[in-house]
Amino acid sequence: MTSGTVPQRSLLPFVVLGAIAALILFALVASGMWTDMLRYRKDVVYLTKQHLFLVGVSGSLAIISGIGIGIWLSRPWMTRYAEATIQAVNMATAIPTLGKLALMMALLGIGALPAIVGLWIATLLPIIRNTYVGIRAVPEHLIDAAHGMGMSSGAILRRVELPNALFVMFAGVRTAMAVNVGTAPIAFLIGGGGLGELIFTGIDLQEFGMMLAGAIPTALLAVAVDFMFGQAQYWLVPRGVNPLRNS
Amino acid sequence: MIRLEALTKVFPSSHAGAASVNHVSFDVADGETCVLLGPSGCGKTTTLRMINRLVTPTSGKVFIAGRDTDVIDPVELRRTIGYVIQQIGLFPNMTVAQNIGVVPRLLKWDAARMRRRAEELLAMLALEPAEFMDRYPNELSGGQAQRVGVARALAADPPVLLMDEPFGAVDPVNREVIQDEFLRMQKSLRKTVLFVSHDIDEAVKMADRIAIFRLGRLEQYAAPDELLARPANEFVAGFVGSDRTLKRLRRIHVADVMSTERATCAPSGVPTVRASDDLRRVASLFLEHGTDTLDCVDADGRVIGCITRAAVAGRLATAGAQEPL
Repeated sequence: MTSGTVPQRSLLPFVVLGAIAALILFALVASGMWTDMLRYRKDVVYLTKQHLFLVGVSGSLAIISGIGIGIWLSRPWMTRYAEATIQAVNMATAIPTLGKLALMMALLGIGALPAIVGLWIATLLPIIRNTYVGIRAVPEHLIDAAHGMGMSSGAILRRVELPNALFVMFAGVRTAMAVNVGTAPIAFLIGGGGLGELIFTGIDLQEFGMMLAGAIPTALLAVAVDFMFGQAQYWLVPRGVNPLRNS
Repeated sequence: MIRLEALTKVFPSSHAGAASVNHVSFDVADGETCVLLGPSGCGKTTTLRMINRLVTPTSGKVFIAGRDTDVIDPVELRRTIGYVIQQIGLFPNMTVAQNIGVVPRLLKWDAARMRRRAEELLAMLALEPAEFMDRYPNELSGGQAQRVGVARALAADPPVLLMDEPFGAVDPVNREVIQDEFLRMQKSLRKTVLFVSHDIDEAVKMADRIAIFRLGRLEQYAAPDELLARPANEFVAGFVGSDRTLKRLRRIHVADVMSTERATCAPSGVPTVRASDDLRRVASLFLEHGTDTLDCVDADGRVIGCITRAAVAGRLATAGAQEPL
């Protein structure tokens, strides 16, 4: 508990991941699938850009708006409506993401717009919930002490509520981004483009090279995004309230 | 000086408009420690929280240094009043130094000054600054956290300190230690302190004056010695306990009752006492050795006075005499 240094983190997960990646690569090259995949190199580059656009725009919109709505719901004057709203959010989360995309297509037609809106909504919900729950879980006596010392409500939010809720909020963002990245390939089905094009076309044509040319970058993206937010969570959440850092 | 005038709070939810605090008036002189004492739900905490306006009074006034707190912005007001609560309320996301710097930062001190102040306060509270400045609250023991809580309240050197059962969560042994430290500190700082407690022993130990509450009313407001010697009514007598005379002994010292004849008056073999000892030790020695007289000695062991059972009885018969601080 008293150590002032960051505890040594295990390298094991990275070793295991590396080994699996090497094995898959070996299998691909040995089976000749690798050369098949390389044929789609230009498509992969083009569609990856599209894919990143879908994930980037819907994800950042969701983080900004989700945190904003979560904070708003946690304010004292919202207490009366907050629980009901969170219940509605929970129910909306239960709708399958494919259903959400289909719904958006019905409302907004086909193309990138309904895909981004659908992804945004699917990503938004866990962020709202965790922001709200994280802030409400900050002990009442901390707020009381903060008021008693002459902090304004804004200062309490910035310097007490948000930092203490940050770990839970990050957990919500990680979950949400996993949903986002996992759902993004489906955007192809409503004309949103992205790597889903290679995956679904590959399945339809029984072209495994084509399918993998879409599936592998999608998987890598999921791992990269989660790694990024995991690192952000580790380093940005203050050590005193970061369970990852005070073992 | 802090003056409470007919301070009243009726919470909207209370049945039949029963007042949680009912026309409470008293003054606390500068540099004095006033303990608000009473059973739970008696209104002592609500009274305290009306002073820094965490609770808005239904009616009545609070004056601090002659200023009506009604007309001061509550946020500004609170920055001039130290506040310590039972749960301590250190912010777990901030280091010890940052916690102590909360109010200085609100007052826009520069970083170097805040750090100097934090070091100074930690040293005063017997916490090694180099070791504790950059710790987080979850790396502190309960007693250490409580000291940091007090340091944080003192950070901007407020003239007034409000403490809501500040040592209630500390174990009994450490509580005595922290109480003694606080008393020693208070001797030089001379803050005006309002201190909520439900523990009569703590109140007798810490207070210059005690305000006893019941059901939102002030039952008695007096110095500890007078309160114990002459409880105003049955409730106060019951609350202070049937051993109230024994409790008085803590606050009376040998110097208050000894005669200054400089010859040995005690039988040989009986331990001597010092002028700064309190009468609990004197009474123990009387009982233990079956004697009626004790010698008081100075630091070099020279006899400087004599204390007799009759003198003690005489002192106990005069209630509320001026106590030396």
